Amino acid sequence: MPGLEIDGLRVSIGGRDVVRAVDLHIAPGSCAGLVGESGSGKSLLALASVGLLPRAARVTAGRIILGGDVTVTADLDRTAKVRGSGIAMIFQSPRTALNPLLRVGHQVGRVLRRNGQHADLTRRCAELLGAVGILEPGKVARLYPHELSGGMCQRVMIAMGIACEPQMLIADEPTTALDVTVQADILDLLDDIRSRTRMGMLLISHDMSVVAERCDSISVMWRGAIVEAGTSRTVIGSPRHPFTAELVRDVAHRPQPKDRPAQRSPAGPADGPPTEARG
Amino acid sequence: MDLTDDGRTRGRPDDAGPAGGPGRSARLRSELKRHPSLVAGGALAAATMIVAVAGHLAPPHNPLAINPGHSLAPPGPGHWFGTDQFGRDVFSRVLYGLGLDVVIGLIVAALAFAVGSMAGLVSGYLGGWIDDIVMRVADLLMSFPSFLLALSIAVVLGNTVRNVIIAVTIAYVPYLLRLTRGSVLAARGADYVLGARAVGASRSRVMTLHILPNVVGPAMVQATLMLGWAILDVSGLSFLGVGIQPPSPELGVQVAQGASYITSGQWWISVFPGAAIILAVLAINFLGDYADDKLRGQGS
Amino acid sequence: MRRYFIRRLGLAVLTLAGIVVLVFMLTHILPGNPALVAAGNYANAHALRVIERQMGLNRSLAAQFGSYLGNIVHGSLGTSYTTGNTVAHDLFTRLPATAELAVVSTILATIIGVPLGVAAGLRAGGVTDWAGRTGAVIGTSIPIYWLGIVLIVICYAVLHIAPAPTGEVNAFAAMPPSYTHSLILDSLISGNWPTFFDALRHLALPAITLGIVETAPILKITRSATLEVAGCDYVRTARAYGLSRWEILKNDVLRNVATKVLTAVGIVFGFLLGGSILVERIYDWPGIGLYAWNAVTTTDYDAIQGYILLVGLVYVLLNLAVDLLYAVADPRIRFGSAGGGPRRRPRPPWPGRRVISPPWAERH
Repeated sequence: MPGLEIDGLRVSIGGRDVVRAVDLHIAPGSCAGLVGESGSGKSLLALASVGLLPRAARVTAGRIILGGDVTVTADLDRTAKVRGSGIAMIFQSPRTALNPLLRVGHQVGRVLRRNGQHADLTRRCAELLGAVGILEPGKVARLYPHELSGGMCQRVMIAMGIACEPQMLIADEPTTALDVTVQADILDLLDDIRSRTRMGMLLISHDMSVVAERCDSISVMWRGAIVEAGTSRTVIGSPRHPFTAELVRDVAHRPQPKDRPAQRSPAGPADGPPTEARG
Repeated sequence: MDLTDDGRTRGRPDDAGPAGGPGRSARLRSELKRHPSLVAGGALAAATMIVAVAGHLAPPHNPLAINPGHSLAPPGPGHWFGTDQFGRDVFSRVLYGLGLDVVIGLIVAALAFAVGSMAGLVSGYLGGWIDDIVMRVADLLMSFPSFLLALSIAVVLGNTVRNVIIAVTIAYVPYLLRLTRGSVLAARGADYVLGARAVGASRSRVMTLHILPNVVGPAMVQATLMLGWAILDVSGLSFLGVGIQPPSPELGVQVAQGASYITSGQWWISVFPGAAIILAVLAINFLGDYADDKLRGQGS
Repeated sequence: MRRYFIRRLGLAVLTLAGIVVLVFMLTHILPGNPALVAAGNYANAHALRVIERQMGLNRSLAAQFGSYLGNIVHGSLGTSYTTGNTVAHDLFTRLPATAELAVVSTILATIIGVPLGVAAGLRAGGVTDWAGRTGAVIGTSIPIYWLGIVLIVICYAVLHIAPAPTGEVNAFAAMPPSYTHSLILDSLISGNWPTFFDALRHLALPAITLGIVETAPILKITRSATLEVAGCDYVRTARAYGLSRWEILKNDVLRNVATKVLTAVGIVFGFLLGGSILVERIYDWPGIGLYAWNAVTTTDYDAIQGYILLVGLVYVLLNLAVDLLYAVADPRIRFGSAGGGPRRRPRPPWPGRRVISPPWAERH
């Protein structure tokens, strides 16, 4: 099956298993959710998928297969090639995730260049920035990250992520560091991109409500292992593991299972011009 | 990376074993393995101390005894480091001088620490115009390279040991002041301080009992490093003829006295004293490295 | 940017004013009687009073300060009683020689220290890292004057590859006309090749001595800056998007390290000012350091005072230059930061030396 397949993955740090025999599958165009507390290993799982585990961590078992034919675990060189063009990842704190000394447009541009697109960079960067819902993308491209709000930085990151037109996008707590008002916009944007490009997405969060509304399937991670997995309707509607039940209970309102008709505006509202007060 | 997700801290390794577990010697060994700077520093420091103490209590020859018949003898049996132009045994002089320099350095570091951290504590805690003035003065003193500042002060004060100590201390105080003040500013808003004030503790009580213990740590580590810089600076000043004068066997003085003989081949008069300086300062630097690692919570 | 520049300039001027006052206080308020020194140990009370009046020491402190300020404003730094020239002239003719040492040694130290520091920081925990760190620790433990002596012993007395440490050239060299008072430049300009190469050979050992000692702090700071930057989120982002190692090195690591390295080089240059006295004394190098040492041993008060003022000026100008370059390199300083970047160049509190500060104390 194409898409991203994680098979019996085991990661350990200093002899201790922090990710235990995880199986996960993300079909192209679908959105899989991964929920768990901090420390449950979900970020490490994500990092392992792009070959960016910290030095102390090691994959001790299992495989990660992308698009049916590329294994992205043991072979670091191949993983490096796949990063960005096969799998892209966006991170939790967008402001620190951008190079403070480079203009935003330059940072998007070099991702484009890495993917072999050298022509017409300025225009393409502006296009991308516009596609993630930034008003006046030409002006914003010339700004530095510290002049943008958190939400806009996250949009820039998403622009960098989709610049490579990846098969798979891993979003590790993409909205946790953002204002509540901005969170929905960003998640809408991600959904929109996914539906337009048939990109698969793994949405990681500690917040079940974020995952519940938007994901086709949900996996619950606890202490390094997947303790429950299924379609979002089943997991939310009838949780079997006590931890899942707890998470579901904590959700503020009862989430709709994900078979609403898709109704997205073509580009989410921008966060407004960069001002010093935002972020 | 402590990955327990239910908030429990991991148990210490020796809590688990029978009858107290691996115990202190195992912990010491693992600490030494993870921090080679501790090993190096500790060994060198021990060597320095032994040598310095032995040099003061029982030097092979009298460090000050002149012996014109044996002047400029190269290193050999009887005079392991040779003799200088006055026939004095260089080995004894180096041992004695090492102790001298270390003591002077300790005095400087202790004084600078006392004055700098107190001033930083008061200035940082009281704030307002006191803080402004103190900071301006400190900034002004820091607008010079510290060696030159010490040199200027020592020249003006006069060539005695006391004046050199004062001069170098003055040059070092602003840095410790800045450091302590920074910690104080950060601690001032901390919960435990606000709590103490809320129950009516006086300012001085809060300062001494609550803030001081928490800000003194980094300053103490910095002062330890300053011991090394003090030895280098004091001996540098003596080398230039400022402050400590011959016939004192201070190491910088010795290097200066041997300087005119290096081109004619009698290198031992200058080289050995300098090597002793390196020994002491290296020990301090390694230990300081270790302390810094500990403070920042990393292995080396 | 302009506001930042003006603010920094104003601060520099204030600091200079403070230095002028400080130097006055040093020489006039602290104990020690310059007239006694000038008069010698055997002067009687009457001669002493005459000299005091000549030096203006019998006037009130305020009057002395007034004439001191007046002199400085006119560019007059007094007269050296050892050379007979004005101090200003003495310093002006000797400064280029010290500059030669400073520039060459700093270039050496940067060429060696920065690449090693980056390599050590990138391969943290590896052999390069260990070697770099140990080298840096040893480098900061060596007294400069001792290093100079050892180098002379090895390279001159034993190996005979270096010339005798007797200043800039050997005694029989034909001296070129002094356009810039820098022997190397002057001989270059006037095409005096033998003297040029002789001067270069004499420059080698002192520059290497200073260079070795300067390499240590540069290496240390570069290494710790590289370590810090390599662990930053944006490096991880760059890797996550598949950017090449070279691109990451160039645009993410090096760019962000450059500003800290710049600070380090500035600091080291300041440390040079102190170290130059020691090195020039050993090698008999005719720069301002040797001049200052002569002034110290002969208690030539005017010369000492002039030297300190000059050093203060150079140091302040240096810090100003580094601040401005920092602003050019870091847009957060240039445009003011919205969300909490540094508002002024972060200043390590200890020039050229190891700093221990708890992570929270970085806020000024």
